[in-house]
Amino acid sequence: MRKQLYSAAAAAIAVGLAGGPAFAYTAYVSNEKGNSMSIVDTTTMKVVKTVDVGQRPRGITISPDGKFVYLCASDDDQVQVIDTSTLEMVGSLPSGPDPELFVLSPDGKTLYVANEDDNLVTVIDIASKQVLAEIPVGVEPEGMGISPDGKTLVNTSETTSMAHFIDTETHEVTDSVLVDTRPRFAEFTPDGSQVWVSAEVGGTVSVIDNKTRQVVKKINFAIPGLRAETIQPVGVSITADGKKAYIALGPANHVAVVDTKTYEVEKYILVGQRVWHLAFTPDQKTLITTNGNSNDITFIDTATDEPVQSVTVGQQPWGVVISPK
Amino acid sequence: MTSEPAARIDSASAVPIPSRALGFGQYAICLSGIMLREGLRFLHQRERFIAALVRPLLWLFIFAAGFRQVLGVSIIPPYKTYVLYEVYITPGLCGMILLFSGMQSSLSMVYDREMGNMRTLLVSPFPRWFLLVSKMLAGVVVSIAQVYAFLVIARLWGVKGPAMGYLYILPALFLSGLMLCALGMLLSSMIKQLENFAGIMNFVIFPAYFASSALYPLWFIQQGSPPLYRICLVNPFTHAVELIRFAFYGELNWISLGVVAGYTIVFLAGAIFAYDPSRGLMTRKQDRGGNG
Repeated sequence: MRKQLYSAAAAAIAVGLAGGPAFAYTAYVSNEKGNSMSIVDTTTMKVVKTVDVGQRPRGITISPDGKFVYLCASDDDQVQVIDTSTLEMVGSLPSGPDPELFVLSPDGKTLYVANEDDNLVTVIDIASKQVLAEIPVGVEPEGMGISPDGKTLVNTSETTSMAHFIDTETHEVTDSVLVDTRPRFAEFTPDGSQVWVSAEVGGTVSVIDNKTRQVVKKINFAIPGLRAETIQPVGVSITADGKKAYIALGPANHVAVVDTKTYEVEKYILVGQRVWHLAFTPDQKTLITTNGNSNDITFIDTATDEPVQSVTVGQQPWGVVISPK
Repeated sequence: MTSEPAARIDSASAVPIPSRALGFGQYAICLSGIMLREGLRFLHQRERFIAALVRPLLWLFIFAAGFRQVLGVSIIPPYKTYVLYEVYITPGLCGMILLFSGMQSSLSMVYDREMGNMRTLLVSPFPRWFLLVSKMLAGVVVSIAQVYAFLVIARLWGVKGPAMGYLYILPALFLSGLMLCALGMLLSSMIKQLENFAGIMNFVIFPAYFASSALYPLWFIQQGSPPLYRICLVNPFTHAVELIRFAFYGELNWISLGVVAGYTIVFLAGAIFAYDPSRGLMTRKQDRGGNG
């Protein structure tokens, strides 16, 4: 009887140890100053490998099947294509000068790139590596968001302080919405009804209704003990169920957790210095932040919204993307 | 006032005691009696409980609030990510409770001696070391209760540790508490009157607390003053705090464990020696001053 109890206890412990994240995902982090990409195992929270890439890598995304990583090599004026199985560069896409941030269409066929210096959004067909269109937008375009149905593209222009709504079929700007100073990033809610646009200098996040194209709410942030100037919202990630939004607050070294119904900030999570972008694991259990000035990434448990661990990666991590499988 | 009971203690302890006749059961009764007395004393002094809680809470609510963002600069073991200052000082404040409590229970020894209550204890047939250790264990249990009360409030304040950490710190609290109680006991043997104790508090508690890793990580101190860093390294309180800090995050700091265990043995032996009626410091003092 006692023996049975012991073995049952041992089995329980073994199950407990084996529990936690069931799948190992791979995170790819672009290191802006290190000119490299760190490959991180999200289960062990360890850097598996670091590979050299083009000059000043910033924007990073992955194909829906997880086979290719696309990376903006800003100072090489190209988008590099990296095979995730070999981690070798297998090609490049004509992005136009100084690509910073981009977004992939939901079907994975088209890439929309913001060209900061030319005030353009470049539309690239990935299969043919051809530029399909160049769409003139405001000054210093940066943030790129695409609706889940792929029909609407939103680009933010830093100097014009606008969010430009672009029809992906006609490649024309249909609406321009004024937001706060220096908008950095645009993210659609999973149901496509809203776009959340962060304003770095304005220190706010504007929530824009996708139907009326009006700002329905401006979210402000205040962290006790920190000067308002240090709060500079950049990256925005919204959970797949659409209930919570995580906003990277740059030099404030915190990530804000916002209830998407009430627009109230529920919590500020302490992470590394100059937190820039964010990515969820596909199971939504973990959020990874890139902390540019402390050269590390922080893993956040989304169930408790507590930081779990910070891991040193390359020099000045900028963007992060996680494999879908 | 103090000379009469002291004289009685001396005469009582001079009587030869057949200690072999005492069984395990009697020892247990004696221990539980001392524990119960200490527990009751603590429960009846509600002000003491509140005072013991208010001190670390003031540090947590006010001092830590002022320095809240100070430590978001570097990751030091056992932390795996960036922590707020209030999270950093919580193990140090647990140590502070043990430090004050350890000193306070030895303060009660001086009080007992002055008021003559100690006589009741010392005329018992149990060996002196057993009585002292029982008294210390009672003090440790009381101080651990205070630490847990503090941790509950700290948790409500938002300073959370891993769930298992609250269990893991128990042995660390026990050993650290025993070390500090033994230190207090050793010190109390050197004090003749209650009034003198305040001085020792200032010369022991504050240096021990400030020259440790309770309020700031050691690398901070190393940057500012290498000599102070070395003082912090040999300070037993530093290692008590680090032992608690690592245990809270499910890790064992072997160096701190070794240092704390070593100091515990030294202080315990010192206290037992000091309170030994035939050899200890008490006798010498009585020889000199006539009052113990």
